[in-house]
Amino acid sequence: MPNTMIEVQNFRKAYGDYLAVDNISFAVKQGEIFGLLGPNGAGKTSTLECLEGLRAPSGGTLRVAGIDPVADARKLRNVIGVQLQSAGLPESITPDEAMKFFCAYHEAPPRFDLLERMGLAEKRKAQFFELSTGQQRRLALALAVAHRPQALFLDEPTAGLDVATRVELHDMMRELQSAGTTIILATHDMAEAEEMSDRVAILLKGKIVSIGTPLEITATGKGLTKISVRTQDATLSATGVAFPAVRQHAVKDEYNIYFSSDIGPTVSAIIAHIESRKDALIDLRVERPSLEDRFLELTNSRAAQ
Amino acid sequence: MNAFLHHFTFEFRTGIRNKQLLLMNYLFPLGFYLMMGFVMAEINPLFREDIIPAMVVFGILAATLLGIPDPLVNARENGIFRSYKINGIPSISILVIPAITTILHLVIVALIITVTAPLLFDAPTPLNWLNFILIFFALAFACAGLSVLIGVISPSSRMTVLWSQLIFVPSMLLGGLMLPYSMLPDIAGKFAQLLPATQAMNAFNGLAMGKEAAFSPWGSVLALTLSGLLAFGLSVYLFAWDSRNSARRGHPLLALLILLPYVIGIFLGM
Repeated sequence: MPNTMIEVQNFRKAYGDYLAVDNISFAVKQGEIFGLLGPNGAGKTSTLECLEGLRAPSGGTLRVAGIDPVADARKLRNVIGVQLQSAGLPESITPDEAMKFFCAYHEAPPRFDLLERMGLAEKRKAQFFELSTGQQRRLALALAVAHRPQALFLDEPTAGLDVATRVELHDMMRELQSAGTTIILATHDMAEAEEMSDRVAILLKGKIVSIGTPLEITATGKGLTKISVRTQDATLSATGVAFPAVRQHAVKDEYNIYFSSDIGPTVSAIIAHIESRKDALIDLRVERPSLEDRFLELTNSRAAQ
Repeated sequence: MNAFLHHFTFEFRTGIRNKQLLLMNYLFPLGFYLMMGFVMAEINPLFREDIIPAMVVFGILAATLLGIPDPLVNARENGIFRSYKINGIPSISILVIPAITTILHLVIVALIITVTAPLLFDAPTPLNWLNFILIFFALAFACAGLSVLIGVISPSSRMTVLWSQLIFVPSMLLGGLMLPYSMLPDIAGKFAQLLPATQAMNAFNGLAMGKEAAFSPWGSVLALTLSGLLAFGLSVYLFAWDSRNSARRGHPLLALLILLPYVIGIFLGM
């Protein structure tokens, strides 16, 4: 793959007899936002920790910007940025000190502008334990990107953040992406993964059960598409009206709601029916199954197995 | 160098900013010194002769044994070392910089004690200042190394307290701070020689305060220095970045090797 930033091939990670990650492979292109999804214990953290050089893999090959995270740990440090789930800073450090301290080890100039951007301008001299959870996470993110890494690993980046900060963080992720930074996003927040990720991989019990763009993943499921229609004369509510591929039908607040397994024929038939009855369409909405629906479908089917 | 300086500055400030460290570095040693000076010197006038070395030794024991290990364990348990590793901060800096900054705080405390004790308590000053300073650094080095090692091998804060007290309490009782080494029974005397405090008090007596040493004072300085070197070496060797990643290069019991210089000293009759 051209411009591959992260390469994972036949990767395994075992802790004694317990196999946390079982022979997974994927690649992430430069400038891509790649979502890593899965319930607790799925193997996300083990995968991230091995890519970050915190643990050694039990088998397979890992490369980040062409660097082996275990053999070339020193080289890796200036290539990656990591925002850990726990902030990982001493209680008494101030944002100013942390910025100088971490940037000095990366041999990069301190980025105080990032502290201002993350809304920490007034807290630059406050000790870490005096910051709110949201401020602590924003500081961790500012430190993770301060040395302009090529690849950024974000572990639950928006957990505990308010809406405004979350939007700011998403804007920042998009800016980093447009500057060519590759982002690995591990999250439980399906809406965030769907909105932000170019591609996602769903991990279950150490294996990748689905990988692709959010649209591709949602399209492969058995989930039904919801079609809500409202017309002037309510001709759809007449008895005996049926459309192709519709599995369920309900009426709510003057809307006829159809759950279709194949939206093309269903929508065409609905419009043809409205025209043939000289009715007028007021509103028509199509809602595809979300990534969350697909995720739940996958996890439930695995649990059933 | 720039990174080292930023790290050093932050750690030094932490020694004052953090309430627990402020207590162990300054308030506890200086408070205890004043109490002992005003109370003990009245009860036992002979204590005046030992007040400077004894209280300097006490300050070193408190700041190192009670101040250094716990922050190391907490940092490891809270994922701070993981964050340091990701950002390329070397383990040697994590282990050595807090020890150096603690020694720097101890220099300040020792200065306060040596300057004020003659004025407040009519305490005799050292006859040989150079040896006094040398012994001070030898003990501070040995105790800082020992404390870092305790922080490295302790699996939890509770165990840290246990290990630290296992050395701190006997040092107070048998180390020659409260009563002279010569008054100890033979067996207790041999056990006391395993403690850095005993070695330091012996060296202070023989080399700096113009008193008689119970055993070779230069042997004590050598034992303290070797023990410190061993402790830092073992700390680097046994260091683990992460409590979740339990793989270590050696068994924590290897830490007992730091007793080797003292044991050899006992066998050689030094």
